[in-house]
Amino acid sequence: MNENLKFIQGNEFCVEAALYAGLDFYAGYPITPSTEILEHMAKRLPEIGGKFLQMEDEIASLCAIIGASLTGHKVMTATSGPGFSLMQEALGYAIMAEIPCVIVDVQRGGSSTGIPTHVGQGDVMQARWGTHGDHAIIVMTASNHQDVFAITVDAFNLAETYRTPVILLFDEVVGHMRERIFIPAKGEIPLVERLRTSVKKGVDFHPYLPREDGRLPISDFGEAHRYNVTGMVHDMWGFPSDNPKIAYGLVRHLVDKIENNTDKIARYKEYYLEDARTILISYGSAARSALHVVENRRSRGESLGLLELQTLWPFPYSLVQEKCADAKYVVVVEMNAGQVLQSVKICVDRPERVFLANRIDGVFITPTDIRNILRLIEGKGV
Amino acid sequence: MAIKDYIRERFFPHIWCPGCGHGMVLNGLLRAIEKIGLDKNEIVMVSGIGCSARISGYVDFHTLHSIHGRALSFATGIKMSRPELKLIVPMGDGDALAIGGNHFIHAARRNMDMTAIIINNRIYGMTGGQHSPLSGYGTMSATSPYSNIDNDFDVVELSVAAGASFVGRTTTYHTKQMTDILGQAIIHKGFSVVEIMSQCPTYFGRKNRLGSAIDMLEGFRKNTTPIGSKAKQKDPDLIERGIFVRKKMPEYCDEYDKIIKRAMKGN
Repeated sequence: MNENLKFIQGNEFCVEAALYAGLDFYAGYPITPSTEILEHMAKRLPEIGGKFLQMEDEIASLCAIIGASLTGHKVMTATSGPGFSLMQEALGYAIMAEIPCVIVDVQRGGSSTGIPTHVGQGDVMQARWGTHGDHAIIVMTASNHQDVFAITVDAFNLAETYRTPVILLFDEVVGHMRERIFIPAKGEIPLVERLRTSVKKGVDFHPYLPREDGRLPISDFGEAHRYNVTGMVHDMWGFPSDNPKIAYGLVRHLVDKIENNTDKIARYKEYYLEDARTILISYGSAARSALHVVENRRSRGESLGLLELQTLWPFPYSLVQEKCADAKYVVVVEMNAGQVLQSVKICVDRPERVFLANRIDGVFITPTDIRNILRLIEGKGV
Repeated sequence: MAIKDYIRERFFPHIWCPGCGHGMVLNGLLRAIEKIGLDKNEIVMVSGIGCSARISGYVDFHTLHSIHGRALSFATGIKMSRPELKLIVPMGDGDALAIGGNHFIHAARRNMDMTAIIINNRIYGMTGGQHSPLSGYGTMSATSPYSNIDNDFDVVELSVAAGASFVGRTTTYHTKQMTDILGQAIIHKGFSVVEIMSQCPTYFGRKNRLGSAIDMLEGFRKNTTPIGSKAKQKDPDLIERGIFVRKKMPEYCDEYDKIIKRAMKGN
């Protein structure tokens, strides 16, 4: 048997993907259903000479990895909804100070403490707008383990490319389910390394003066250039400023560097969309049930298709509009009260044709749940 | 190296009020660093939010002006990922012990090599004079207009109980002692805490009728005494100054290196 072939949980595979991407520093705090990530990191990191910290809470965990990122390391933390709520201030800091890091949120059911051992997808909007103030953010997800691997590596690459936090919005089903997986060979997936400044020692280095392409070369803490990093609105030196021109330029830079690259950041999969009259739009584990319905109906000759989103933010509005242009019905399949539904309604030509197939009770959405909604839409009754 | 070589003159004048103790702490700290002979490039200063946190902007080290209460968490990540760097973390009393209290006790317990400086002016200055966990019973502030009923912490006792391997206390009046204790704290291998009693004439002083900055400094002279002095036996209300704890304990990064060795061996 191939030694790269394994049968493991999504959480564990996410750890292997992070290590593949070059992660060597992790800090976290136990929380269901993400704890396996913490546990595997504790075991795996020292084996490769990396560093692992169990901190006193999720706030400290995110702050610690931001600190480690500044010294030049690829870093990650993982949590679930309640812990992700605690991280929001430090998340905004990483956005403002442009410090690459990856944050995994393995979503549970419900709000507040919710149903920790059950599934949900209710953190889509928290991931987008949980931290205060104008900002852009990259949020990605996956529906199966092989994609968890690819998307996790991708998240590290995007974090480096755009010098920003990237959120991996997984869910309890993907995190805990065991699936056969294959670890890609070294080099099979290209890795993006940190862009470091070429400014020589002794020459003025402007840590927050973006290049023409919007990218911002960094100098690691401890290396030749000493500069200030702050969460306040700052000038090209990284020093706090309340100059309106500087504030405007900074907010525009932070938003534009991501929003203007929406097409480049958009990851998705499509199934049978060419002639689809009814299009399901789904993501994460819910997309598994959606795909089952689509394949089942296709086998009976019905023209259903699935658009599986892997990048949720920046939301690929033009992609969704284009793919749904000829659809009679669009059905968003998700395990929340309609968080991606709103974005889909904004961008399709006929929002009145957009419907929701969902569950909000902590129970995994089944193909039957989706079929029942389809029958209602088609006027066939349940 | 001259003191001015350690500062970023570009960003002066500083934002502190006339009479504020923060500049005196900055001065004492830079003198301590100069005395030890540390290279600017090996020092990382991490601060939180508040008047005290602005110190980091003015010094020519690697500086991180982070978020309120979390400076020690950021510092922990930096130190763990690059143990050869020297971490200095100046905090205000509210920053370190109200919003940051949990991080403070856990940092002390972990004993990672860094120096936490708690500049204790007993008030939230940046927001306009609200009481802090160190204001103490009976003090006046913008949020205790009828007198404060919150009891305060003893920073030294708290630090000792939490496991800090170096604990010292001094005041802005005792500038030579300040430089000396800060220097020893920075040299100490492990988590060191230095409480520096400092004056905020603008808010704490004014609200509590303590007079000018000079009057407040005079108060530090009168109300404090070296550890174990005879004066303390006569007047137990005097606050002791000096080094309370200095002990050798396993340092966290060193201990983690042993974990790496064990993991690499496969047991």
